[in-house]
Amino acid sequence: MTAPATPAAATREAYPVALIELVEQGVDVVALDADLSVSTMGYQFGARYPDRWHSVGVAEANMVGIAAGYAANGKTAFIASFASFLPGRCYDQLRTSVAQPKGGLNVKCVASHGGVTVGEDGASAQAIEDLALATSLIPFDVVVPADFESARQAIVTVGKTQRPAYVRTGRPKVNAIYDSTYRFELGKANRLRDGDDVTLIACGILVGIALDAAALLAAEGVSARVLDMATIKPIDRQAVLSAAVDTGAIVTAEEHQTHGGLGSAVARVLAEERPTPISFVGVDRYGTSGKWDELLRYFDLTPQRLAAAARETIARKR
Amino acid sequence: MPTTAAPVSVSELKDVARRVRSHIVQMVYHAQSGHPGGSLSAVELGVALFWNHLRCDPANADWPERDRFILSKGHATPFYYALLAERGFFSPELLRGFRTLGSPLQGHPSMGSVPGVEMSSGSLGQGLSFAIGHALSGRLDNRDFRCWVMMGDGELNEGQVWEAAQAVPHFKLGDRIIAMVDRNGIQNDGFGDDIMKINPPEMWRGFGWHVIECDGHDMAAVDQALTEAERPHDQPRVVVAYTIKGKGVSFMENNPGFHGKAPTAEQLAEALAQITEGLQ
Repeated sequence: MTAPATPAAATREAYPVALIELVEQGVDVVALDADLSVSTMGYQFGARYPDRWHSVGVAEANMVGIAAGYAANGKTAFIASFASFLPGRCYDQLRTSVAQPKGGLNVKCVASHGGVTVGEDGASAQAIEDLALATSLIPFDVVVPADFESARQAIVTVGKTQRPAYVRTGRPKVNAIYDSTYRFELGKANRLRDGDDVTLIACGILVGIALDAAALLAAEGVSARVLDMATIKPIDRQAVLSAAVDTGAIVTAEEHQTHGGLGSAVARVLAEERPTPISFVGVDRYGTSGKWDELLRYFDLTPQRLAAAARETIARKR
Repeated sequence: MPTTAAPVSVSELKDVARRVRSHIVQMVYHAQSGHPGGSLSAVELGVALFWNHLRCDPANADWPERDRFILSKGHATPFYYALLAERGFFSPELLRGFRTLGSPLQGHPSMGSVPGVEMSSGSLGQGLSFAIGHALSGRLDNRDFRCWVMMGDGELNEGQVWEAAQAVPHFKLGDRIIAMVDRNGIQNDGFGDDIMKINPPEMWRGFGWHVIECDGHDMAAVDQALTEAERPHDQPRVVVAYTIKGKGVSFMENNPGFHGKAPTAEQLAEALAQITEGLQ
């Protein structure tokens, strides 16, 4: 099923690894946490570079303002918390203190525990709005990596831009999709499987599920392309357009509500460039407690659901 | 010349204050919008600071060693822009465009729009946090600049102020950050005591700050309070300046109606006459 047989690593575990890598490469990184550093893994960076890391206590708004002040002095300022609080608890600070000044200050949000797979903590901790909020901040790049390697490279990549960014990581350990030969590119989809009948466009933990769905579809003779659309913003318009031209049917899949995230971004490209049958798989209701893999089934974020959505979308082709 | 060589006399500071007040009422009149009340109340604090305390170089506004002035009560732009123009950061001719299309002088400060504007503000409560980032950065880079943060008293309703207030002593930034509160007693909807009655000195003390209180319109007292704030102390310092909203214009003084309202032509003439009269 969806729960990996051999868990590899959580995407959040890539955070301190990437920050240390950035400092070693000469990037003037500072980082802040808001009393969740044991979960965001930010404490590991703090242990390595104590003068470059601070905990601000349970105060996300203050954390954003401090990061903006750092960035105004030329620092690359990372901030970390749960995706339910960052950006939810500090959206106005991100807008006023980070997004608007000078076209965007160099503040990078790495929000862990995204989506419903945070698990037992229940609805209040399950962020299904963060991508809608983050993509609405004009200068922000928004990235949802699928595995540890992708997350490590994505954080290093955004750490080298001068723009603000939002990277969402997850709590559970997930199977590796990539090895170290992979090269993450900001704004570029990665085609993990080719196909002619339908394209499954996914981000985050749904990428592995989309690959499983493609295998189910293949057994029925349906050929599905799978795109890892790690970068939600800027979206890879060419990859979306090619999928529309080549396969004529699209299914988006994300651990987020279907408004304002990956599905909306893909649909906009299709509406502008080439109207194409599309289905949206996501989470459009508030959650409950459970183990992370139980919750994926509870919310029907499963290979079976994606396969059903693919068949339904293919049927709408003319 | 980055720093003020010798202290500017109180009488000179008062002259500057009158010019700043004249700019304020004219800017708001020409724009027919803006916030005169909380601009007029902040004038002495701003003038004493910019002429006798803030280490700055108007010709080199981004000088890394400069003291940072952070206007957290962002609606006081008439005061802010007039102060910056009088101090030489940009031409006073720009003031006429305040709040109009094509002018860099937006209704609320936009970082980088004109030299001297350190932060985008307008959404209240964010300045002290921003200053902490500057101060931590200064410490990391071995620079010894100071951050002066001006807040309104209504602004103290915002929770983020207190998130930041607790962090300044925790991070031992008392010698790098000085807070100033323009305690004019009036906020957008009316008198602060009716909207949300607070006791700023007790609140700051409760958060571990050393409170310096002064008459915010007695230039000598303000200058003295800022000098006291600069002295080393085991706690961070906040200057609570007791002020009058709309100070200097009789019909604006202590009048909640002029928090965010422009004068008419007749009112402008009267206001300018009163401000000039103060010149004698």
